[in-house]
Amino acid sequence: MGGASKSKLNLKLKLWRQKNAKDKGYFMDYDVKGISTEASFLEMLDVVNEELVKKGEEPVEFDHDCREGICGMCSLVINGNPHGPDGATTTCQLHMRRFKDGDSVTVEPFRAGAFPVVRDLVVDRSALDRVIQAGGFVSTATGTAQDANCLPVPKDKADRAFLAAACIGCGACVAACKNASASLFVGAKVAHLALLPQGEAEREKRALAMVHQMDAEGFGGCTNTGACAAACPKEISLEHIAILNREFLKASLLER
Amino acid sequence: MATIKLDAKSPTGPIENRWEKHKFDLKLVNPANKRKFTIIVVGTGLAGGSAAASLAELGYNVKAFCIQDSPRRAHSIAAQGGINAAKNYQNDGDSIYRLFYDTVKGGDFRARESNVYRLAQVSTQIIDHCVAIGVPFAREYGGMLDNRSFGGAQVSRTFYARGQTGQQLLLGAYSSMMRQVQEKQVKLYHRREMLDLVLVDGVARGITVRNLTTGEIESHAGDAVVLATGGYGNVFFLSTNAKASNVTASWRCHKKGALFGNPCFTQIHPTCIPVSGDYQSKLTLMSESLRNDGRVWVPKNKGDQRPPSQIPDSERDYYLERIYPSFGNLVPRDVASRQAKFRVDEGRGVGTTGIAVYLDFRDAIQRLGKGVVAEKYGNLFQMYDKITGEDPYETPMRIYPAVHYTMGGLWVDYNLQSTVPGLHVLGEANFSDHGANRLGASALMQGLADGFFVIPYTIGHFLASTPLPKVDENHEAFRASKAEVTQRLSRLLGIKGGHTVDEFHRELGKLMWEYVGMSRTKEGLQKARGEIGKLRDRFWQEVRVAGEANFKNAELEKACRVADFLELGELMAQDAQERNESCGGHFREEYQTPENEAMRDDANYCHVAAWQYQQEGGRMQWTLHKEPLQFEYVKLSTRSYK
Repeated sequence: MGGASKSKLNLKLKLWRQKNAKDKGYFMDYDVKGISTEASFLEMLDVVNEELVKKGEEPVEFDHDCREGICGMCSLVINGNPHGPDGATTTCQLHMRRFKDGDSVTVEPFRAGAFPVVRDLVVDRSALDRVIQAGGFVSTATGTAQDANCLPVPKDKADRAFLAAACIGCGACVAACKNASASLFVGAKVAHLALLPQGEAEREKRALAMVHQMDAEGFGGCTNTGACAAACPKEISLEHIAILNREFLKASLLER
Repeated sequence: MATIKLDAKSPTGPIENRWEKHKFDLKLVNPANKRKFTIIVVGTGLAGGSAAASLAELGYNVKAFCIQDSPRRAHSIAAQGGINAAKNYQNDGDSIYRLFYDTVKGGDFRARESNVYRLAQVSTQIIDHCVAIGVPFAREYGGMLDNRSFGGAQVSRTFYARGQTGQQLLLGAYSSMMRQVQEKQVKLYHRREMLDLVLVDGVARGITVRNLTTGEIESHAGDAVVLATGGYGNVFFLSTNAKASNVTASWRCHKKGALFGNPCFTQIHPTCIPVSGDYQSKLTLMSESLRNDGRVWVPKNKGDQRPPSQIPDSERDYYLERIYPSFGNLVPRDVASRQAKFRVDEGRGVGTTGIAVYLDFRDAIQRLGKGVVAEKYGNLFQMYDKITGEDPYETPMRIYPAVHYTMGGLWVDYNLQSTVPGLHVLGEANFSDHGANRLGASALMQGLADGFFVIPYTIGHFLASTPLPKVDENHEAFRASKAEVTQRLSRLLGIKGGHTVDEFHRELGKLMWEYVGMSRTKEGLQKARGEIGKLRDRFWQEVRVAGEANFKNAELEKACRVADFLELGELMAQDAQERNESCGGHFREEYQTPENEAMRDDANYCHVAAWQYQQEGGRMQWTLHKEPLQFEYVKLSTRSYK
């Protein structure tokens, strides 16, 4: 018979509660019973919330959307790890079979100065949008493009650009970093466009503008500990920070 | 209620010249005047993001609204397979006409020929533009773009970026839009949900939104409204759609006069990971490509509880290969889905719930070796393993159909304008191009076609030919809308019943799946209409919405959406009941061939069913309007896969 053996878990949950950005926030304990090991971590929170609503209490707010690991909306620091204990996994893909009956599970928001808490486990990551808007694009207006095959792109470069572009913008790299640096996020975008001929015209301008905006948003500096890459659900490599440094340095030297 | 005359504004003449001629006939707004207009774009997925970017590039002021914390998260991001375009880069005989032909036929002859031809025409420009803005499509060793094949086509015309094509295209549109945010040509409003459309003198002049962070109800005025808010598959509760995908923006427009086209046309995708329990919140798609090498089967005997490895071949029913010897496991989505349902209904389903069939790679692994199978499908096998905890290299996948896409949507004319002047509808939110069944890799194409290459032309014509007196947020219509929205929210919060929003949503989903799902009957649909009405009444008496209106409140957000799904569901059932034929994703059990295949009725149902909402004596009612479909180029014929 298909289907892994099913069982139920009881857990001691410690959830971060915070009314808004100005509120101090605190941990609240919840005893959770009878969670199926087949449920995802977010489905476990759904169950907790439905029970809270029925009891007349306020459910805990958390961000989520696609629930298949691609939109980057879910966040959560679970027992100290952004997106939980598994590598290459977003919170929505984490399943309860990863936990044992009786486990204590602490759930906190992504913490960073540039990510103010909206409510409970929800944070505002619009700083990342503003970094993209500073230069993470190619300035080609609709309708001006030549035939797509006029400009060949070597397969290895296209593949590397894809690996960089696979970043889902969740911010786990920032949450994992002791300095709350966004270098991996910025490096991935700078590398993606630096590897493609289409990004060439704005290459230097882009690196300078994005780094400048990253600093302006209050993200910290990078000290190359690699915590970001270890936490990244899409396994964006640390190499992208090296590319970012190179692009930034080159652009700074060329700047007049 | 004013009578409505559906004018599709389809151009006439040779089909290959229609769009060109139409563009020339459209009025223009001169460059200096564009900055005087403000366009509201709701939704920032492929259609909305590309529309916001290209309208801003033209010089219009754009206000863009997204429901998530960032426009980069719209559900377009989850599309896996690819995007079709008639480039003929493979030299395999593709052409604009062939893509047009495949799409009309794939849609089972329920789409407008002029629209589909235009879609095929602009498909090539989409690829050019996306490459130019840095989308890293897959390439061959010589540096040229690579293609793969998809269902419903005999040529390789699908461009892709591994299994993440939607993500890469969305990030491309998003980056173009963010460039315009930097230029201050687009003003971005994130975490906003549209809760009403505002009409002034019968023209769409703005929207009422809830700021999901602060709970504030805001008014936004403009000169036109572009709706790109996606499909309504979540009416089934369980679907492959993201959790925030909903019908509310479309539904509020529908209630303000926009006709709803073909609401019953729903696509059910055959290969999804099945439901495993009551806590289940959504379903995950396993790419259609798996059916190239996987074999679908169920045990021959009812209630066979043995593990799959212990069921010998002689006791397995490879039912798709048995029923459709020439197409085998690669029959189209609607056919594969229905056959899986028939097996489960016979009591031969598998897994602990009995609501699944096997997709088995044993033979492919024996034939090709594990390495080759891993190279082709490795990421999908890993995703399956993560969700189910089972290794598909060792044991067959369990799959079952799930709701995936909605072909129906707000009715639009050739200019993508709804029956409400000024309200334009793009992407999955409109009904336009896919007829009764969408082909794989065509959703991304349509979203970007509408946003990049259609609306920038057609909206200019509307702005140049409509008197638009200055209107701002202090206008009475905005205040009235705001008051109405506020009152609806208070009403929801004030019910304080004993059941959660999700309980009602799950119950609605079960009704929809049972009676308005893969297989429909007149009686079942009649029953659904009654039951949904009763459920809706109970919802408004017994729901408990936690929290308050003036802060981030996910329960309140869900309640607004479910309230609208409870109305939409009834219309879907009515539309399905009215359409006495089977076509594409709409299968009525009464209308099938002796071999259980869909039977179209072109004499009576070769039309778009466009529904008009009316409130009569406190009850909702819908009036049917028909837009006849003419097929001048693709001859009406029956699909067969035997």
